[in-house]
Amino acid sequence: MSTTGRKRVIKEIKVDIKKCTGCRSCELACSAFHAMPRFSSINPSRARIRVFMDEVNDLYVPLRAGGYIQAECNGRNLYVIEGKEYSECIFCPASCPSRRYFKEPDSGLPLKCDMCEDIPPLDAPMCVQACKFEALTYHTREEEINEEEGKYDEIETAYRHLIKKHGKSKVLEMFNRFNGEE
Amino acid sequence: MRYAETGINLEIDLSRRNIERVETDPRDTELFLGGQGTAAKIIFERVPADCDAFSPDNLLIFSTGLLHGTPVPSANRVAVNTISPQTNLLAHSLMGGFFGPEMKHAGYDKIILKGKAPELSYIYINNDTVEIRDASHLKGMGCTETGDVLKKELKDDKVQVVAIGLAGENRVYTASMDHGHSSAARGPAPVMGDKRIKAIAVRGTRNVNVAHPGELFALCMKLHKKIAESDGCGDWMAVDEDDSFHHDNFAWGNARTRRRGFWSKELEERWKRLKYDHMERQTSCYNCPKKCRNVIKWPGKNRFGYKCYGKDTYHMAAFKELDFSYEILGIAQEYGLDSYSTPQVFAFAVELYEAGILTDKDLPGFPSDSGDRFFYLMEKVVHREGIGDILADGVWHAARRIGKGAEKFDHNTIKRFEQLPIKLGKLNPPYFLMIATAEKMAITQIEGSFPQDPLPTVEEREAFIKRWEAVPDERFIKYFMEWEKRNEISNEASCAITDWNEAMHYIDDAIGLCGFVSSFRGQFGGGVAYHMNNIPEILTLATGIHFDKEKLWRCFQRNRTLVRAVNVKRGMRRKDERPPEDHWAIRDKGFEQRLLDDYYAFKGWTKDGIPSKATLDFLNLEFVSRNFLENNILTGEENVPLPVVSVKNREAQP
Ligand code: SF4
Ligand code: SF4
Ligand code: SF4
Repeated sequence: MSTTGRKRVIKEIKVDIKKCTGCRSCELACSAFHAMPRFSSINPSRARIRVFMDEVNDLYVPLRAGGYIQAECNGRNLYVIEGKEYSECIFCPASCPSRRYFKEPDSGLPLKCDMCEDIPPLDAPMCVQACKFEALTYHTREEEINEEEGKYDEIETAYRHLIKKHGKSKVLEMFNRFNGEE
Repeated sequence: MRYAETGINLEIDLSRRNIERVETDPRDTELFLGGQGTAAKIIFERVPADCDAFSPDNLLIFSTGLLHGTPVPSANRVAVNTISPQTNLLAHSLMGGFFGPEMKHAGYDKIILKGKAPELSYIYINNDTVEIRDASHLKGMGCTETGDVLKKELKDDKVQVVAIGLAGENRVYTASMDHGHSSAARGPAPVMGDKRIKAIAVRGTRNVNVAHPGELFALCMKLHKKIAESDGCGDWMAVDEDDSFHHDNFAWGNARTRRRGFWSKELEERWKRLKYDHMERQTSCYNCPKKCRNVIKWPGKNRFGYKCYGKDTYHMAAFKELDFSYEILGIAQEYGLDSYSTPQVFAFAVELYEAGILTDKDLPGFPSDSGDRFFYLMEKVVHREGIGDILADGVWHAARRIGKGAEKFDHNTIKRFEQLPIKLGKLNPPYFLMIATAEKMAITQIEGSFPQDPLPTVEEREAFIKRWEAVPDERFIKYFMEWEKRNEISNEASCAITDWNEAMHYIDDAIGLCGFVSSFRGQFGGGVAYHMNNIPEILTLATGIHFDKEKLWRCFQRNRTLVRAVNVKRGMRRKDERPPEDHWAIRDKGFEQRLLDDYYAFKGWTKDGIPSKATLDFLNLEFVSRNFLENNILTGEENVPLPVVSVKNREAQP
């Protein structure tokens, strides 16, 4: 695959499940950071990270919310890692209709990790800052943007131009009409 | 709006199946903080003096601490209070883990159980949904097993469960209730069994709000870092494999034999391998940057978790090694037995057998190996079968029921409760006071702030006090600087030191902090995260109620006096404040009694250990003084000075 020669920064949270102690400080911190106004309330159920915990079987998996999917999977894998069984769902970040994970407790709306985007940017996402056991660590790396994505970059620029010229609603109207014609 | 707390108690009458949400008085928060403080008030007001532990009128109260659910790190201790069947006094019991914060997110500061369920039941709480459900399928099930089954049934790994095992179901006095790998001992589990409640499962998804969020959060991030990095916080036994302290100094068997020189480098290496070969993980309680629980997978047995001295009690009572503790702990945890008092009951039974007081008739087929004997006794006790039915009531009661001289072997209880197996030479005055006047039964719940030992040189002492952030008042610096020999210390200092040690525990019990970052840990090195100098600010930011050092100290004095009042109402007096005769080899009865006089005077109590009317009124405990006058516990004429207040706000100092 050829590249565009352009680069972007990839943000990564590395999860070492062996180091997780199940303290749930990451959940607490994430919920506080995303409260409105900021820090005004604590509620791990609103966190965009969730630590799956099973003390009896010694399973501890911190997982960030990946966003909404419409339907549950029609088959599941079962992973065996060092003799311990993990269901596929434990590793799945989806806000999925088959389970309670990653939904706003009151509205049921899906939750999604936003990497704590902020102005000015944080040194590290809140969950990482709260984790004192290095189960969560933050890394960035640069990655070249490939041609395929480059193409979409062009489309994106074009759309931005159109929106600027005609306004969001007009563009959306047009898009919907084209969509209907098909 | 209520900050930090929910302002709602959940009242469940199990006999009438009545469930109510009761709004609490915010003034009580200012006076008693929460946790055990407000629980003691409810018990004083609502449990009659002659109410038996197993009466339906006895209450079983689960209290969150005032700081649970806030961002304050290591705030997760749930206080469980009731009248204990073993002591017939207020049971003081604490449990770490996740239960308290979950209760608060469900919308409740307390769960108050009264009455008795007709059949074995469990309580399901999910925000507004509160149900008493059938638990027949959980009967006889292990504690953590019950938690596991309920989580699966309820399809939510975030449900927090506290459960009793067979020991609790059978009202064994030394039973504990377990929540994952945390447990609450010293009285409440047999009461839960008597109320026919197998478990409580809580799930909560509501916000907890604090008064000054930004400031509090920033402060908490600093505290997080401090606790994580400080070796003055957490359980050092989770990381330090040298455990010569307990093995060489504590008494083995039924608090009988000291084995000095037992510990060796070879043993340490061997045990270290044993631990790390079987330890899968170290785990934390809610929002804590320490990991004190060692999770062990022993071949063929359930995983279990232990903290601190909990790994030593069984093998030291049975004169065995660590592998024996690992062998038995997983089973004992599922049965729901307290690992502090239970091994002493077993060792006591072994002694009685060897002395011929218990015979093969009482113990048919009693094995010869001490370890096998413990397993044998455990089965008898948890099933309350044969002699096990008597032993299940703990050493004090069992000794009296067995008779034939068994009472002499009951040499390590106070107020009918098994103490840590420590037998020493010379009397240590503050320890005399802490043990004699103990109302929390375990010394680890009383000692903790003032250093255990003096430092040898003046230079070392000076260096120590320079970084002693936790010290609440100049007077303690003076005591420490002048302190040369452990056992030589003025009565004034002994009283004030005991008072400060108590203060930190009574505050932790009310606001829910863990002793390992607060009340218990200052005695070893001083570098503790929470103390009288920073808790007032934290409370102010969290609750929006202004607290300062003097006001917080007054809360301690109030809660401490209230706990005493609950017990005085039930008949406890000076005569009960007697450490075991052989706790120290060298005793001076005259000195001890004068010291006790001084302590009572320091506290504003009468010579019989009863808080005077003036003291009670000074501490806003008029409801107690009224009760004491009506019931002729006090005349109101007692001429006792007001309690000494050991701290001053900085502003007030010249
Ligand atoms: S990166 Fe930020 S938004 Fe995402 S889970 Fe962590 S704290 Fe939450
Ligand atoms: S903060 Fe770290 S150690 Fe604690 S639960 Fe989250 S990932 Fe695990
Ligand atoms: S210091 Fe240890 S025992 Fe205390 S809350 Fe933290 S992990 Fe739990």
